[in-house]
Amino acid sequence: MYKIVKKQILNEYVTLMEIDAPFVAKKAKAGQFIILRVDENGERIPLTIADYNREKGTITIIFQIVGATTAKLNEKKEGEYICDFAGPLGTPSETEGFKKVAVIAGGVGSAIAYPTAKQLHMDGAIVHAVAGFRNKNLVILEEEFKSCCDKFIVMTDDGSYGEKGLVTDALKKLIESGEKYDRVIAIGPLVMMKFVCKLTKEYDIKTIVSMNPVMIDGTGMCGGCRLTVGGKTKFACVDGPDFDGHQVDFDEAIARSGIYKDFERQSHEHICNLLKEQKN
Amino acid sequence: MANLSLKKNEMPVQKADVRNKNFNEVALGYTEEQAVAEAERCLSCKNKPCITGCPVAINIPAFIEKVRERNFEGAYEILIKSSSLPAVCGRVCPQENQCEAKCVRGIKGEPVAIGRLERFVADYHMAHSKNQPEKSKSNGHKVAVIGSGPSGLTCAGELAKMGYDVTIFEALHLAGGVLVYGIPEFRLPKEIVRKEIENLKSLGVNVLTNMVIGKVLSIDELLNEEGFDAVYIGTGAGLPRFMEIPGENLNGVYSANEFLTRTNLMKAYIENSDTPIKKSKNVAVVGGGNVAMDAARCAKRLGAENVYIIYRRSLEEMPARKEEVEHAGEEGIIFKILTNPTEILNDGTGFVGGIKCTEMELGEPDISGRRRPIEKKNSEFTLEVDCVIMSIGTSPNPLIRNTTKGLDTNEKGCIITSDRRGITSREGVFAGGDAVTGAATVILAMGAGKDAALAIDDYIKNK
Repeated sequence: MYKIVKKQILNEYVTLMEIDAPFVAKKAKAGQFIILRVDENGERIPLTIADYNREKGTITIIFQIVGATTAKLNEKKEGEYICDFAGPLGTPSETEGFKKVAVIAGGVGSAIAYPTAKQLHMDGAIVHAVAGFRNKNLVILEEEFKSCCDKFIVMTDDGSYGEKGLVTDALKKLIESGEKYDRVIAIGPLVMMKFVCKLTKEYDIKTIVSMNPVMIDGTGMCGGCRLTVGGKTKFACVDGPDFDGHQVDFDEAIARSGIYKDFERQSHEHICNLLKEQKN
Repeated sequence: MANLSLKKNEMPVQKADVRNKNFNEVALGYTEEQAVAEAERCLSCKNKPCITGCPVAINIPAFIEKVRERNFEGAYEILIKSSSLPAVCGRVCPQENQCEAKCVRGIKGEPVAIGRLERFVADYHMAHSKNQPEKSKSNGHKVAVIGSGPSGLTCAGELAKMGYDVTIFEALHLAGGVLVYGIPEFRLPKEIVRKEIENLKSLGVNVLTNMVIGKVLSIDELLNEEGFDAVYIGTGAGLPRFMEIPGENLNGVYSANEFLTRTNLMKAYIENSDTPIKKSKNVAVVGGGNVAMDAARCAKRLGAENVYIIYRRSLEEMPARKEEVEHAGEEGIIFKILTNPTEILNDGTGFVGGIKCTEMELGEPDISGRRRPIEKKNSEFTLEVDCVIMSIGTSPNPLIRNTTKGLDTNEKGCIITSDRRGITSREGVFAGGDAVTGAATVILAMGAGKDAALAIDDYIKNK
């Protein structure tokens, strides 16, 4: 059992938890992920490591409530326990040796982009970050980004905060204004990453994306997380989750991400109803 | 007077058209009377050829004699001296190629049903014995066992009995390896595996789950920082292979590993499981091994109307156990032999719509000794399916070999050992089971775990 030592609601849909997992904390690096199970009948879900504290032996996860498992996880309180927590899995992000990097984050993807931005900053790069959200209420980690980025731009779809528009608009503006990036890192919804890659290809800037497909074991055993990169099949859990975005077949990845959509919606509704009944 | 019947005593099974709709165990096991009657078929012959056919050399005639005497606990005592998981082996061992293949009764008629008797004795013990095995006196030495499949469990059990302080590191959330994620409930009830692991715990074995060695700790850290005197690698062959044909990444194409893990380990077939599995109408399973049979039979139980086994050679070359092939056939699995898939078709929405195949014929034998399948010209056809399960083999996971300097592996990624006792190129590091041999059987992995335990004992004593 793994103790939830801290819980913080970041917005209506996104929660932060700090989990006591000393073995994982000792080894964790930016870009890696963990797999957790909330309770005995629970499914295994992958979540990227948002932060770690080696002294305290804790791992921070930030998750969006999308399905039954994240809804159940969100019901857990500080001081309570979750059943399973395994990691660190996957290959760490490459963060050393860059002069100037643009980190592009979308929605809850900011939770994954932040530790990478922080590590890039610690490794000596100038970091510009652009984070996009639907509206002002959904903005997360603003202070954290500001603390490690030389430039931080918030974009909202409706213009209720920061600038109105898409993250690609901001990135294009930065590049056009003469910023020379030796690397772009895009983390967020598949569609966002696809369009960031389309843009950076025009300017020939190598772009790394962080893929977060459906998976079970996270150790290369099931192959559920496979995707096509440069015409070859790769497993996101062991070969990634970071990949060269210009090589990723996003259309296939988008199709694959939809396999359990119906099931997810049903079980999410089921859990929500159960929780409502419990509360009444 | 020996029972001279040429046929084995039948073991009761669930009816095919009932069992293909549930996940309860197919075979129901002998009654005491049936077991004694079968034991009486053993001639207690002088040469005991059956023992040479057993990878862990169980004293088979001796345990059968105890069954004949209705001393079932006595029979169990004999089994457990050689095999640490008799309830498992009695169910999943390919006895027809091992002990029973050597039985003299098999020369004229059927051999003694050694597997069924082993299963009976182990089940009898589980149902009747209250005694937990006792912890041996500690010798003060620590051994790490990586992986809790048949090989790791056996090695851990043997070492614990010798007095070693053993810790098993398991990557998944539940111990048992392929016994829990791969082999389905209807062939090996998970309660049996759980009890075997409880037994190991009462022997003093410490089981740590959620520990992915190679990520959370390396072999070097186990030896140099965590104070283990030796490490046994029993990590199996868990990496799925795909055919590399067009359409393999469509939704509805699973590796057998994924399909079985969702079904067995994550219990996707139970209503209250949070893990989804696609409900399919027509399923094609590609491959002819035991895993393919398991996947096909699971798919049927999950409600598929038509389940096909697509295999490129003929029934004769099929690597699955005869009993599994027969059980699958009885349950309504359709065998498309001498058939090879060439493409998986898109239904237009990113899901599987069909599988394109060609017919094959058999040519000259290849290196494996089996006749090589050759494509028949103009024989292409399409099978309408909405799910494809690839069951064409697995290879060892690279996590450990990529993080352990000086650990030699071959071109297939299998760990190289200098002899059958599991000695690797790294001092203090031993290996066995599928991680060394590539995908093989439960009993061979157990044999390797047992041999390696002796080698580890030798190594630590002489260090």
